[in-house]
Amino acid sequence: MTDAPAPTPAVAIGGSAGAVQALLRILPVLPADFPAPVLVVVHVPPDRDNALVPLFQGKCRVAVKEAEDKEPALPGVVYFAPSDYHLLAETDGTLSLSSDELVNLSRPAIDVLLESAADAYGPALTAVVLTGANADGAEGLKAVHEAGGVALVEDPAGAYSAAMPTAALQACPAATTMNLDAIASYLSHLGTA
Amino acid sequence: MRDGVEDLEIDLLLEALFQRYHYDFRNYARASIKRRLVQARDQLGFPSISALQDSLLHEPSTLGRLLGYMTVQVSEMFRDPGYFRALREKVLPHLRTYPSLKVWVAGCSHGEELYSLAILFREEGLEERTIFYATDINPTALQAAEAGVYPLDRLKKFTANHQKSGGRSSLSDYYTADYGRAIFDKTLRSRVVFSDHSLVTDAVFGEMHLISCRNVLIYFDRPLQDRAVGLFRESLARKGFLGLGSKESLRFSAHVGAFSEFDRDEKIYQRQDA
Repeated sequence: MTDAPAPTPAVAIGGSAGAVQALLRILPVLPADFPAPVLVVVHVPPDRDNALVPLFQGKCRVAVKEAEDKEPALPGVVYFAPSDYHLLAETDGTLSLSSDELVNLSRPAIDVLLESAADAYGPALTAVVLTGANADGAEGLKAVHEAGGVALVEDPAGAYSAAMPTAALQACPAATTMNLDAIASYLSHLGTA
Repeated sequence: MRDGVEDLEIDLLLEALFQRYHYDFRNYARASIKRRLVQARDQLGFPSISALQDSLLHEPSTLGRLLGYMTVQVSEMFRDPGYFRALREKVLPHLRTYPSLKVWVAGCSHGEELYSLAILFREEGLEERTIFYATDINPTALQAAEAGVYPLDRLKKFTANHQKSGGRSSLSDYYTADYGRAIFDKTLRSRVVFSDHSLVTDAVFGEMHLISCRNVLIYFDRPLQDRAVGLFRESLARKGFLGLGSKESLRFSAHVGAFSEFDRDEKIYQRQDA
């Protein structure tokens, strides 16, 4: 039950209003042999089928799928949280879903993903908070930083909606601010340093 | 770095909870349990998980307060209307051929799924021949399910879901509004047996024609999921149906061979003879 942190690197990304456009600037840049799983929470309406997967599948070199309960998080795969479920990273390298109450009025919530991923991956995690009109992700990013992970925030000045990146920077002043192209470039060079 | 001490504290608390009270969360999916325990620690005002454990061992009233954090899911009536539509249009025509029916709502929490099924069976004229079993490990949740009272502001969503599920009546026919609460018609539970039952530690539960267990298995780790599905397999009558949550599946289960996919999209399975 107290496994060592998963040795492989991982990436976790959260966003809300404007995040689909932002992700379209990031995920298609990742190479097919990307060395980490990419866990993504985007706030989407709960009653809709998740349209994100087909949208990104056609545009990415990495594999893109909806996260399934208890599946292993594999390198080179983007996992979107299903609508109406929280997505969590487990310390054994698998993913789990939960139907727990809304967090920050959202399910999936970015805080839930980032806090669990901070716990599961520790310093091997790179977390990104993108554009959004609320404060979800701020506490999670702080947890990522405290666990030794890399905390990145989309530059509020260029963001579609500045509230979420601004809140993340307030909660986690040590986070690095980057524009979308810099985030894409940073991530695509993960593991090649 | 991961806080190894806190993980040890969680292991010890789960062990204490099991040995002292026989509530076994040791094989629950860990990330979610940790989140709930941290929330319980903070909101119940304990400085650490160990302090919470100390209180749990020496002060039995802490148990009830902790269980509230560890078990209760907020659901909706007719959550995922497509599931209830599939029951109505595809499963009930099969069930109609039986002179008497048993339905088990496993992990009924506050009863939203139970009342949804009771209303569905009433609308389809099957209620009179059915006995519903509603089980949960949390006695407080069972009491809430037995009371059938929900905040009125949730009824708008319940009503929309009911209509989308193909409801043949108006949900307002089944409750009275009173001071911000919706009180459901007690005749809906005249054929319901409420019972304390654990999928983790308890045994097989009768010859069921339909087991509905939605968004419970996702809280279990793989071996525990296998135990629970094995329990469902043994509890189902021949050709009985098992309905899971929309993101749950038997695909990775040790018992996958004992079931056929009856409605793949809505996660409804049918027991096959071995």
